[in-house]
Amino acid sequence: MKLTLKIWRQKDRNDKGKIETYPIDNVSEHMSFLEMMDVLNEQLISEGKEPVAFDHDCREGICGMCSMFINGEAHGPDRGVTTCQLHMRKFNDGDTIYVEPFRAKGFPVIKDLVVDRSAFDRIQHAGGFVSVNTSGNTQDANAIPIPKNDADKAFDAATCIGCGACVATCKNASAMLFVSAKVSQFALLPQGKVEAQQRVLNMVEQMDKEGFGNCTNTGACEVECPKGISLENIARMNREFLKAAVTAE
Amino acid sequence: MSNVLDSKIPEGPLKDKWTNYKSHVDLVNPANKRSIDVIIVGTGLAGGSAAASLAEMGYNVKAFCFQDSPRRAHSIAAQGGINAAKNYQNDGDSVFRLFYDTIKGGDYRAREANVHRLAEVSANIIDQCVAQGVPFARDYGGLLDNRSFGGTQVQRTFYAKGQTGQQLLLGAYSAMNRQIGLGKIKMYNRHEMLELVVVNGKARGIIARNLVTGELERHSGHAVVLATGGYGNVFFLSTNAMGSNASAAWRAHKKGAFFANPCYTQIHPTCIPRSGDYQSKLTLMSESLRNDGRIWVPKNMEDAIAIREGRLKPTDLKEEDRDYYLERRYPAFGNLVPRDVASRAAKERCDAGYGVNKTGEAVYLDFDAAIMRYGQEKANLLHETNASEARIRELGEAVVESKYGNLFQMYEKIVDDNPYKTPMMIYPAVHYTMGGLWVDYNLMTTVEGCFSAGEANFSDHGANRLGASALMQGLADGYFVLPYTIGGYLAADIRTGKISTDLPEFVEAENDVRRRLEHFINNKGTKSVDHFHKALGKVMWDNVGMARNEAGLKEAIVEIRRIREEFHRDVFVPGTINEFNPELEKATRVEDFLELGELFAIDALHRTESCGGHFREESQTEDGEAMRDDVNFTYAAAWQWTGNPQEPVLHKEHLEFKEIELKQRSYK
Repeated sequence: MKLTLKIWRQKDRNDKGKIETYPIDNVSEHMSFLEMMDVLNEQLISEGKEPVAFDHDCREGICGMCSMFINGEAHGPDRGVTTCQLHMRKFNDGDTIYVEPFRAKGFPVIKDLVVDRSAFDRIQHAGGFVSVNTSGNTQDANAIPIPKNDADKAFDAATCIGCGACVATCKNASAMLFVSAKVSQFALLPQGKVEAQQRVLNMVEQMDKEGFGNCTNTGACEVECPKGISLENIARMNREFLKAAVTAE
Repeated sequence: MSNVLDSKIPEGPLKDKWTNYKSHVDLVNPANKRSIDVIIVGTGLAGGSAAASLAEMGYNVKAFCFQDSPRRAHSIAAQGGINAAKNYQNDGDSVFRLFYDTIKGGDYRAREANVHRLAEVSANIIDQCVAQGVPFARDYGGLLDNRSFGGTQVQRTFYAKGQTGQQLLLGAYSAMNRQIGLGKIKMYNRHEMLELVVVNGKARGIIARNLVTGELERHSGHAVVLATGGYGNVFFLSTNAMGSNASAAWRAHKKGAFFANPCYTQIHPTCIPRSGDYQSKLTLMSESLRNDGRIWVPKNMEDAIAIREGRLKPTDLKEEDRDYYLERRYPAFGNLVPRDVASRAAKERCDAGYGVNKTGEAVYLDFDAAIMRYGQEKANLLHETNASEARIRELGEAVVESKYGNLFQMYEKIVDDNPYKTPMMIYPAVHYTMGGLWVDYNLMTTVEGCFSAGEANFSDHGANRLGASALMQGLADGYFVLPYTIGGYLAADIRTGKISTDLPEFVEAENDVRRRLEHFINNKGTKSVDHFHKALGKVMWDNVGMARNEAGLKEAIVEIRRIREEFHRDVFVPGTINEFNPELEKATRVEDFLELGELFAIDALHRTESCGGHFREESQTEDGEAMRDDVNFTYAAAWQWTGNPQEPVLHKEHLEFKEIELKQRSYK
């Protein structure tokens, strides 16, 4: 395959940045999108040019590090995959492909396609945990039976990989899907119930501080989420938040 | 030099050692903990759990990871599960059985006392994780579910679908987050440790590079914990993440920490085969697939060639023209032989010319028989006595989907072929490294105050790791072992006070790092870092991979030296030091892999026996099975750096087995 790549280049946070054009040849349909980017970078290095910086690590769709906005979609045209799992067979010979970073006020660009998602970590610091210390004396794991349905729903929420596709996709750059996934996981489990009120208030407060927008129920986040995190989680978080807000001391 | 290794195993009967140790180890009082700093490098299961636990205890923790968040450490990719001797299934499991299975699985090359401690704390791990809100799989009564794994006779594996590593890591990450919020952990994302700082023989800090700004930073601490994972990427292609590297461990090695058993590598049999030269990594599929899949290649060479050339489809091949080589060679265990045996058998067939994809490096994993078997069972259950073959197949595919749906989907995404209709293709890939920094019972390396946990140390898996044991070991080290042992060390350090980063040792270490970085930037060679990494990987895979022999290893050593020399002469690293520069990051990692690779080959050359993941062609039985040499090799090989990668010095820790009788493994 022969392709034309239009890639966002930005030297650092303060640089204005612009789209550059790179033709690329000999792309195999079996390559992953990131392997195609590797080939481009090798080409640039051999020409003495600076390669394109992008985040990536596990390349099997679980670490959440890769983050490209491809032809106007977070993680590209395929559904239920991260950029590293997107394969070139989803494109056609002769295509022009636009590659941009995940854009949001809460995700400042570090370089080229690399963005700073530490806001997500800070939201987790505010309440994404159960306050239990390590000890060899916590009660036996089977002393807390949990209905299978609740455990399964908590698991589904907990599979969020924190990539930020939801934010990049949302026209308001809202982080509600991400935050609600963690709130839901713990709200559904007895271990998390004790601190549920304070958790949702603290995490939402931090989310707002980080400059993420509000949710207007468009549902684009759910469509683009590589892990299929459900909008139901946002509804649950709203209930939790309301409950906490009216009963908080 | 034979007495330099003191494993510090406590006295007393095996089952009482850890209990007695905990009762007598020195403690640090809470007020003093507040004035002690601990540096933890790596935030996977071992590093993350250690950071959270030590911060909860009151130490000031500084944690470092090269990724943009601690949640991205490669522990997250572990699929299968975590072992624990809970005996919830009432099938006769016990601490001793888990201990025994782990020692035997490791081919009798691990330390008894460490492995027993691991088995002892395994049950606590599950309790701790459930208390944190880790959503393990449950049954309809709301209790925890288990499955069997890796050919053990009991069901002791806890799991969260195919994402157990993710859920456990997010548990440790959440415990860290709580401490970060409280200010007890200072987290340094996008920071890479490039040097260990040793002052008066003790580890007192690190030099780290801020990967965003490129700045070099000095960080001091009273102890340094390296929980930086394995070195599988020395092969270039592996199931490790792209960033996984050995540099922290290797830098400690060059500062005096012995490196043990580097040749023990686990090659996992069920990975998706390589498709071309552009391939950047290999993807593993859980070995649970071998419970129902049958592995085969064509019996006749002309069929194999026809398949490779696309003239023949595997489904066209009659039953009698297929070679189910594992069932043929190992009738007792069949497709369920351990990982090392299954991997070597696949290589043997492909080397003989029977491989089935374009590269000639793939075998089939066929679910047809399972689909028909499950379909028939389901039809019986539904009283469909006259079900057609198509109906039975439909029912069977639904059963297989419920068991392995996510894996089949992953395969189809990558390969673009439907594994329900045509057999999957698989090939072995480098997955885990059992070797690592030598540590004593306290998990301390031969550099005082420098500890190592998780895959980074050589510890508990001997020459071969059993499935679902890596997660167990990482969390055991971090949650339950280090919190005791590090206190025992730091109890003598309460009067030291803050350690200055202006000490000459810090200045010198920083200058060394700067010189290395400048060397790469100023080199202006002609080839990329990846070019050399791929060249190294090819030598490692061809000569130091699944089967090794003297001639091949000697050749590899010469070749690695040549690549290393050329690398330093001709590598091109674009950009500058003081900026975000991924090529520069890769350069320092590959620099270290090029030295580690040689030690790896030297270790494989010296160990003339076959054991676990290390197969020496000279040491096999008449029918091609691995042959251990307990008389000469019942020891851990700990290598000392001498300043020259060609001349490491070997120290032997002899392994004593008091509770277990050494046996030759047989799966026939």
